[in-house]
Order: sequence, then C-alpha cells, then structure tokens
Amino acid sequence: MQITLKLFATFRNGRFKVAEQELLEGTDVRAVVLSLGLTEEEIGIVMLNGRHGELDSKLAHGDTLSLFPLVGGG
Amino acid sequence: MDKIFRVNMTDLTTKIEEVPAAWAGLGGRSLTSTIVAAEVPPTCHALSAENKLVFAPGLLTGTPAANSGRLSAGAKSPLTGGIKESNAGGTAAQMLAKLGIKALIIEGAPKGDAWYNLAVGVNGVTISEEKELLGKGNFAVIDAVEARLGKKTGVLTIGPAGELKMTAANISVKDPDSKIRSHGRGGLGAVMGSKQIKFISIDGADAPGVKIADPEKFKTAARAFSKAILDHPVSGEGLPTYGTNVLVNILNEAGGLPTRNFTTGQFEAHDKISGETMYDTIVARGGKPKHGCHAGCIIQCSQVYHDKDGKYVTSGFEYETIWGLGADCCIDNLDDIARADNLMDDIGIDSIETAVMFGVAMEAGILNWGDSKEMLRLLTEEIGKGTALGRILGGGAGSVGRTYGVTRVPVVKNQAIPAYDPRSVKGIGITYATSTMGADHTSGYTIATNILNVGGYVDPLKKDGQVELSRNLQIATAAVDSTGMCIFVAFPALDIPECLPALIDMINARFGIALTGDDVTNLGKYVLKTEREFNQKAGLTNVHDRLPDFFKTEPVAPHNAVWDFTDEEIDEFWNF
Repeated sequence: MQITLKLFATFRNGRFKVAEQELLEGTDVRAVVLSLGLTEEEIGIVMLNGRHGELDSKLAHGDTLSLFPLVGGG
Repeated sequence: MDKIFRVNMTDLTTKIEEVPAAWAGLGGRSLTSTIVAAEVPPTCHALSAENKLVFAPGLLTGTPAANSGRLSAGAKSPLTGGIKESNAGGTAAQMLAKLGIKALIIEGAPKGDAWYNLAVGVNGVTISEEKELLGKGNFAVIDAVEARLGKKTGVLTIGPAGELKMTAANISVKDPDSKIRSHGRGGLGAVMGSKQIKFISIDGADAPGVKIADPEKFKTAARAFSKAILDHPVSGEGLPTYGTNVLVNILNEAGGLPTRNFTTGQFEAHDKISGETMYDTIVARGGKPKHGCHAGCIIQCSQVYHDKDGKYVTSGFEYETIWGLGADCCIDNLDDIARADNLMDDIGIDSIETAVMFGVAMEAGILNWGDSKEMLRLLTEEIGKGTALGRILGGGAGSVGRTYGVTRVPVVKNQAIPAYDPRSVKGIGITYATSTMGADHTSGYTIATNILNVGGYVDPLKKDGQVELSRNLQIATAAVDSTGMCIFVAFPALDIPECLPALIDMINARFGIALTGDDVTNLGKYVLKTEREFNQKAGLTNVHDRLPDFFKTEPVAPHNAVWDFTDEEIDEFWNF
C-alpha cells in the first residue's frame, strides 16, 4: 500500500518535507516513526488525514500521515 | 512602597496616591480591570473624558523572575464597547515596576485642541504640550524621544491611527532594540488619542527597584521556574527555533487554518508562509531567528526578519499576522507580509484586526484576493494618511463589513476572530464567544490541548469537554495575566508539575505572603467576573457571547465542520 508522509519543523532536517512511501499492509504509525530514525519520545503530534492519530494507529492505502515534534505558538 | 500615579488630562494635573488596601494584592490585568470597573461608567463613550486608560505592570514584573516583563493596559474598548486588557512586552513594564508605580491612571480629556506628552519619573508625572511629533509614525517617535531624553528612555506611543482615533489603533511599546511591541487589541490607541497624548516617556533614573521580602525563597523558586520553561519542548525548543509561525503548517494539516476570509480551512500556499520557510529565510539573510520582547525572556519566540539585501524589515513577526495577511487574504509573499507588519507597527494599528479586516475588504471588492501591493498601498496611503476610506479600514473588520454590506464578518463583540477556525477547533470557539475581551485566542488558548497535545488532549472536532477546557484556561490565563508573565509560561505550567507551584512561590516570596493554588484560581475567577459585570452593565450580555451565524450555516473544508453549540451550552461557560 502507498501513503503520503509529511514531516515538519526539525523532523525535516536531513530528511524531506513530503514523500510517497510504499508500506506493507497493517503497518502502524510507530513503525514509520522508527524507520525514520526518530524515537517515540520525539513525536509531538501525529496527524492522520487531518485528524489526530496515535502511534498505534494502523495505516491504510492512500492515507496522509503528518509528523510534528512537540512545538507550539500562539 | 508602591504608589498609584494619576494624571488628569482635563485640568492637566497629576498626583501620587497611596495604593488602596483592596488593590494591594493585584497587578497587571487584575489591577487594570479592577480600576476600570471601579472608576469608569460602563455606558460611557469609550472616547470620552469619562473613560480612563490604565497601565499596570504585573505582580512579578521588575523582579529577576524569567519572562515577567509584560505590561497590562486597560480601558473601556472603543472597538468592543466592553472592558479591555491588552498586554505587551517591551521595556516599559519593568521600568514602571522598578519606579514603584503599581498603576498609571490617565483620566479626563483636554478641552482644547492641544496635544501633550507625559514624562514619568521617580518624582511623578510631568505634562508638556507636544507639537513636533504630531502625525509622526511610531518609529520616528521612538527615535526622537531617545534623541531628546536619552537612549534608555522607555516609550509608550501612538501612531497616526491612534491620533485619528481609529478603533483598531494600538499603543506601541519600545522594546530593548528600540523597535516596537504592541498593546494590540481593542483600540486602546484610540483611547490614548482621545486624551490627546502622543507619547509617554519613562525615565528610570533613581528608581528604587523592586524589594523582595524573602530573597532566598525567591531565588529557589525562580530557578525551578526557569528550569521548567527550558525543559518543556514547546517553550524550551519549539518557540525559540520557529517562533509562533510554526503553527501555519500545523493548523493547515488540521484543517483549522482560516483561509480566504474563513471560507475554507487549508491554504494551498501554506508552505511559502510557514515557520519552517521563515526560519530558513531568516538564517539565509542574516536575521535573528531568536529574539526576546523584554529583558529576562528566556523563551525568545520573537525574531528579526531581513529583506533579501540583509536589511531590517520587522521583528516580532507573529503567526497571527502572517496567517491573517497570508492564508486569510491569500497572500503568499512573506516579504510583503513582513513589510506590512512593519507598516502596521509604524502607523500604530493592530495587526490581527487589520489582517482580518483586509480579508473582509477583499470579499467586499475593495482589493483583489492576494493583492499584496494594493494591501501595502492601502496601509500607507489610506489608513496611514487617514483618508475617508482609510478611516473605514482602520475601524477594523466589523467597520468594513457594515460599510460594504458584507455578511461573512468574522468578529465577536466586534473584535476580529484570529487564526484558528472555531468550526474545526471547537474549544477556541468557546473562548472567542465567551471571552470578556471579544474574540481573543490568548484569553483561553485551547489550541494547546485541542491541537498541540499540551495539557492533555481534547478532540478539536467534537463538542465534548470544550466548555470546561476553555473555562479552566480562561481562569488560569486571567491569573497569569496578573503576574506580568508571558502567556507562553502556560505550556510548561500545563505539563510540568513543578512549574505552577514555583510561580506561586515567587509571588509569595516577593510580597511575604502565603497564597495557595486555590487563591490563584480564585484571583482568575474574580478577574473574569469583574470584567463580565462591567460588560453586562455596558450592555454586552450573553446574547453577545455568540459566533457569527455563518459559522453555523457554512461547513468548512476539509472536515466539513460547522459551529454546532447551542446557546445554552455556551452559556454554561459562566457556571462557576
């Protein structure tokens, strides 16, 4: 299956902004995070198709996964 | 002992008063709102002699506590018709606190046409007629006051917008680099203009400084407090690197980035105006990605933005300004937005009200969507010069909507709704609706918990828990706004257990008292109820605690969310 993976803020350093990724069926968010060389603790916000997701969320074909470190503003 | 400095612009007299016992435990917002509620008739015209303009540093301002240098300004707002407190960084708060000035109250209004400046110093306030600087922009005023009185002089000033009493006019505060911070919201610049005061200078010479009752206890608490700020990923790392503008991409992903005058929730060109792009641009051009708005700030969320030739354009370049002129007006040119930010500082007009106003003006056909050059021209030639059109635009989003017959006007209590769509981030909608200030994200920043996973998580697209979340945050914020603290200390306070006790310990050590967490919560409740009572007497009741109808009837993409709270559910906010 294919997903769109978007990275933000410091996660882009040495990586990319957006990429299409080919994944095995049943892959969860955690596996994608670890494959990027990131740790669970570094993840601030997971968004799956514009809604908040979890590290355990299972991905499906056509999903857009966005990963942010813990950042904020106002 | 701290004093109240009072200036009467009707008879041009000044006096120094003892602090009434009831005001002793108050500072910042709790003090400005108490004074406005006690001394200003709620039904008065906000630009009349009956209104009063009050400045108050916070309870911890002037101490070595990190991030405690915010100044509160209060009055009846000519924009909302209700009470207003607007706080800002800069150098003035710490100077006033060290001079022992608990509050500066400006009342009355001159009978003639002459304009004045006020000089505040350790011996009181001097009123002088001002001629030279009338009509000048804020940057020129700051330069001229420094040339007259010295580089260290603190300055509070209004630009042409304040002189012309536009309801979006702000009060500018000189920052440590002689640039500008703003008491932005609610038209307080027009109130200062109605008193015919162009600027207030502050001379810190011979200031007695702030006495701390228990210095050892203070030091220990201050250290724990600073550690909490630096340990939290948002205040310790995210804000210093990307500034507040990191939110463009986050809100865009969440579908809560109001775009094209609140008609959709995502902006195609988001990456061109994002915090990530801004950071790279600032670094490439030799600007400063980190910068503080006041001495003692350890978060450093501000920045200095240069043009492509490496020359200064603006500083304190915030998410709300960039969102408003960017996504909401469909402008994808960050350099033009930066130029507009500098112009708004110089003219002295609120960058949130004005940005949202331009979205309404584009819908009205005054200029085309995305036309940044015409936007810059309107700022300079119309608002800056006070033409008839400029005065309509300078009245803010509501003014343009009324004048041009636009129905999609994003305001609450006539104050423009900022950078988070209340349909797809529902907690902030409760804050916009119920805040005593009119639509104001800072008064109960549910984005922390709805979007940023700070202080837990409440699903932004559902109604559950939003009223309680907004209520708790608005109570806490009213208390924090009384300490002189930057509101961003809320990020560590929500997540790190040592943070809030350290803040309370600092207040206790400063005054030699023994406040508990409950006392601080009660202070927050007292502030909100005092402000609410003023608003009710001024004619703003629960029917004004509502969002505009279009949020109920127009679903916003990509979630097709609508504003679906009933009136009764919203009114539940005040059940405390």
